[in-house]
Amino acid sequence: MAGIEVTALHKRYPDGTVAVDHVDLSIRDGELFVMLGPSGCGKTTTLRAVAGLERQTTGDIRIGDTLVNDLPPAERDIAMVFQFYALYPHLRTRDNLAFPLRAEGLPKAEVRARVDEAARLMRLGPLLDRRPRRLSGGEQQRVALARALVRRPRAFLMDEPLTNLDAELRADMRTEIKHLQGELGTTMVYVTHDQVEAMSLGHRIAILNKGRVEQIGTPLEVYDRPASLFCAAFIGSPPMNLIEVEVADGKLRGQGGLVLTPPPGLPRDRRLVAGVRPEALEVTEPRAERSVPARVVSAEWLGDEIIYVVDHGGRRDVRVRMPPTVRFAADAPVGLRHTGGTPAVYDVNTEELVA
Amino acid sequence: MAVSVDEAVSTRPARDRGSPARRFGGRGRSALEVTLLTVLAAVMLFPVLWMIETSIKENRDVYAIPAKFFDFKVTMDHYKDVFVASGSGRSTLSAAFLNSVVVAGASTALATVLGVPAAWAYSRFAMKAKKDQLFFILSTRFMPPVVVVIPIFLMYRQVGLIDSKLGLILIYAAFNVPFTIWMMKGFVDEVPAEYEDAAMLDGYTRLQAFWRYTLPLLLPGIAATAVFALIFSWNEFVFAIFLTSSDSVRTAPPAIAGLIGGTTVDWGLVAAASVVFALPVLVFAYLVRKHLVAGVTLGAVRR
Repeated sequence: MAGIEVTALHKRYPDGTVAVDHVDLSIRDGELFVMLGPSGCGKTTTLRAVAGLERQTTGDIRIGDTLVNDLPPAERDIAMVFQFYALYPHLRTRDNLAFPLRAEGLPKAEVRARVDEAARLMRLGPLLDRRPRRLSGGEQQRVALARALVRRPRAFLMDEPLTNLDAELRADMRTEIKHLQGELGTTMVYVTHDQVEAMSLGHRIAILNKGRVEQIGTPLEVYDRPASLFCAAFIGSPPMNLIEVEVADGKLRGQGGLVLTPPPGLPRDRRLVAGVRPEALEVTEPRAERSVPARVVSAEWLGDEIIYVVDHGGRRDVRVRMPPTVRFAADAPVGLRHTGGTPAVYDVNTEELVA
Repeated sequence: MAVSVDEAVSTRPARDRGSPARRFGGRGRSALEVTLLTVLAAVMLFPVLWMIETSIKENRDVYAIPAKFFDFKVTMDHYKDVFVASGSGRSTLSAAFLNSVVVAGASTALATVLGVPAAWAYSRFAMKAKKDQLFFILSTRFMPPVVVVIPIFLMYRQVGLIDSKLGLILIYAAFNVPFTIWMMKGFVDEVPAEYEDAAMLDGYTRLQAFWRYTLPLLLPGIAATAVFALIFSWNEFVFAIFLTSSDSVRTAPPAIAGLIGGTTVDWGLVAAASVVFALPVLVFAYLVRKHLVAGVTLGAVRR
């Protein structure tokens, strides 16, 4: 087991595309580290560079204490699981599992023991004598995971392994992967574009955009204080409300009269935007205490909650998450009230968190 | 008059109820289809049938008027003449067939050996101006052979490739490589790159991964592509007649064509030679028909 250090990674393809601009990552030993970002943000390229499937243009990659820049994938002692499972179609599950071990030249008894162990961990017993064609998507992915396990690698690399599964199975596999990683304690780097996956799995999350790291933090840090406007808009469903504010009389005042508590150390003379989560707002009866007048534009009834889109005279409508018991009709006059603590505040020009 | 108008009005809705498919549907339609297909097949296959008939007729029956369809004496003399010279030893035609086998086989093998790895590279790697390169490769096939045959002839005379099997093999391979690259690239695109990635993580080099995992999955595609290349080389006429002259080098198409044009034409021999010439390709296509279908239904591989 080992940590992974990625320093100043830059990858430019011969056709001129810059897939990774500048990425620094410090992944700890035993950590489940998630790289999250929209497609084309460079997360997969970064992972493939760590695996050795792509050669970075510049920058260093260390796995444990070893500088692996020039090592072929096989010598990096890592295992990778792909979105497409890449099981060898002509081999039975048992042989698919044994394959990397035989390639290493392990003795037969050892191969058998390790295959059995991995099969037990992933509960593959009944599937051992089937070929991939006769396995369902979920089963194939479990075999792919088991094939990564048998190697006992220093790190697992996961490239959107659950994307091809249907929603229910995805949730099950998510739990399974998290449990497995906890049990084995092996470093895992997990790439996904699904924020729910990232939030539920990761010890820490790196949010990537346009080949750069926007933020690294625990799921809570990333959720509570997104480091940039991109992160603020990317994490959360619905995402943060971005409300343009001005500092006046020791308060943050938004257009439409919404008043927020300012965080300490706000810079002066800059255009500011406050990020307010939908659950930090509240739709109230009109003229309720501390509320500003507003109007319901639309309501999404999600069963366990209602998302109200509310016009309070600001530049943009805001989204408010409410329990399903609080019901207002569309177009109804209501009040809008801020109930959360101090919001995250961003500079409009640099798009970065200022306080 | 009034009655007929009433009839027309009353029957109209009933007729409209049946959809076009139903009106021509059922047995009527299938009978029509069978008839049309039979006529089409007869028209398409008649020359082939006539060629086979002519090849087993005696010469006086070949020229008989009215033509004899069934009541002629069957002879195998023409087939004997294809392979055995009038005196003794091998005929020039049989030498030409052997040349065709060598030239078509070698050029197809060469095109496959060069084209498949190229297609793999174009499919797997990012490279500069990839689309332009591929377009350039395809553009070499834009011109019909007859346009380039004169310059090729002059160049071949300079380098001493004129009237040699090697020369034909090279020019056919050159024509087949672009085709092989384009067709095989489609097949390689269909094979997920993850197989190779996984194999590389399992300890193989990129080339080993290609050789052990991707290549076996490409075999149907390679078979289909090779058959097309083989048929092109086998049938090619223009280059063959311009670039070769001696009987020891000449391939079958110009050799068969050479039979026509003397004072008398031995049609039986021409027909027999043509049958012998057509058979290998037919047999070959039949043997790999499964792969050919797989090749034509590109994109049937489920990811």
